[in-house]
Amino acid sequence: MSAEQKLSERSVAEMLLDWEPVIGLEVHVQLATSSKAFSPSGTAFGEPPNSLTDPTVLGLPGALPAFNRHALELALRLGVATSSQIRAKSRFARKHYFYPDLPKGYQISQYDEPLCEHGHLDLIVGAELKRVRLQRIHLEEDAGKNLHAGTVSHVDLNRAGVPLVEVVSEPELTSAEEAAEFMRALHRLVRWLDISEADMEKGQLRCDANVSIRMRGEDRLGTRTELKNINSFRFVQHAVEHEIARQLRIIDAGGRIERETRLWDETLGQSAPLRSKEEANDYRYFPDPDLPPVMVDGGMMGGILKTLPELPAVRFARYQKELGLSPDDARLLVSERGLADYFDACVAAHPSQRGARNLANWMLTELLGALNAEGKSITESPMPAPTLSALVVLVENGTISGKIGKEIFEESFRTGEPPLAIVERRGVQQISDEAVLAPVVDKVIAANAKQAKDYQSGKDGLFGFFVGQVMKETQGRANPVVANDLLRKKLGR
Amino acid sequence: MADLSRTEVEQIALLARLHLEPAEIEAMGAELGAILAHFATLAAVDTTDVPAMTHATETQTLRADVVEPSLPVEDALSGLPAKARSGDLIVVPSIIPGHES
Repeated sequence: MSAEQKLSERSVAEMLLDWEPVIGLEVHVQLATSSKAFSPSGTAFGEPPNSLTDPTVLGLPGALPAFNRHALELALRLGVATSSQIRAKSRFARKHYFYPDLPKGYQISQYDEPLCEHGHLDLIVGAELKRVRLQRIHLEEDAGKNLHAGTVSHVDLNRAGVPLVEVVSEPELTSAEEAAEFMRALHRLVRWLDISEADMEKGQLRCDANVSIRMRGEDRLGTRTELKNINSFRFVQHAVEHEIARQLRIIDAGGRIERETRLWDETLGQSAPLRSKEEANDYRYFPDPDLPPVMVDGGMMGGILKTLPELPAVRFARYQKELGLSPDDARLLVSERGLADYFDACVAAHPSQRGARNLANWMLTELLGALNAEGKSITESPMPAPTLSALVVLVENGTISGKIGKEIFEESFRTGEPPLAIVERRGVQQISDEAVLAPVVDKVIAANAKQAKDYQSGKDGLFGFFVGQVMKETQGRANPVVANDLLRKKLGR
Repeated sequence: MADLSRTEVEQIALLARLHLEPAEIEAMGAELGAILAHFATLAAVDTTDVPAMTHATETQTLRADVVEPSLPVEDALSGLPAKARSGDLIVVPSIIPGHES
């Protein structure tokens, strides 16, 4: 083990008192189009290898790219949702490098005139929102896919030419947790807005992280390393955590951080340098002469602004502030637009806003539990939002107990019968009338004279027994508050 | 404009993935120097008040998001030598450092 690796985890924590990690992320998001960015081949996942190509994708002579209008609209939606400045005229540039998955020898990207700049993304951290600034969001095309096969590699070009946006944060994330949270926030936002399915297992959301450390209080950034291949929330956290510790160890041993690109290997839990310094990238960007500038006009922007829904971070704040939900419930509800929309529909159907917390409880425990058990998503719920709301009202106004409510929920979920109809048919309305409950309580005490005596001589634990007996006599319908009062009065303690 | 230096030619050759023999480097340095000299003539024109132009036309030419049939795999891969095919995949030297064949 080298000296730099001997620094213990405790020392890493100590060093973090003096050293501050600085992290910037570059996230590639696949835009949910049917056809490719610059040509009409399809973008479906899992098709036979090399079956989704055309002369433009292959870079054959004479092929001319034409940009996909829907890709532009999706990118603009993200630009607007992140309050970015949108360039009325942005430009495509060629980024040159040689790699087997890049048939043209260059990638069409954007360079000094990107579509969006200076936006921000709101992260949910605990009960609060943390705003992270975005340097830019630019359009580009994906490369093909390399498959490692022993002494050779295999190339499948189905993914080549698929439209992407690259979202680049400012270097202002300060921990591995925040880096993972940034990815979650972006994942949530692009799914919320139908910009991308962002399925990480299909590579539709991929992340590179730039990591450096500097003395606290220092303004200048330290030398950064770039981590590639971190394609899950968990990986980004592990990879960044590991890289911060690696850099601290080097500094602690009196070494210097090399500017390099490192590839994260989740299985090994470590990273290794990817490219040597001699091959420092020289991409020779220049405006792509085949593609005219991308123009965005007022009409296009108007259409996007008009259809933009309330954003997840805004709803997260509103659920807490206006509806009194806990941060945990609010976070869970905005994790998916379908959940938040269902919840809003429940609240809208409920006669009072004060029911929001109850509605959230019923939805997140009973409804999601039942849906999970059947492997269904919220949008496939057999129970419409107003029905759940009506059931919660029956519990709130004392028509049925919470316990019966759960039974009614299960039956209504299964059969689709309205809750009130089930309650009436089964005759399970809660009994709150003392005049009806008093004789039941008398009967229970008379039938259990010995236990009554024991209770009266100090065996407090027996009280629950009597409550249970009253419930049994009433098939669970006795209002527990009324039953408890009557039992106390009649048992005399 | 002077000839390009040996280092400059080697750097350009590396970026273009071209192998040059020592004699070729010499000759290429002179040729590229002559080409750059021509651009130096163009660069001498005063363009202070001329806006940059990267495209002859700046008309929007967006394409509707409509899928059309792709090339048949056989056509797409027809330019490959037989040894560069494995089924319908393209075979290339290993991209993982240390695994080159």
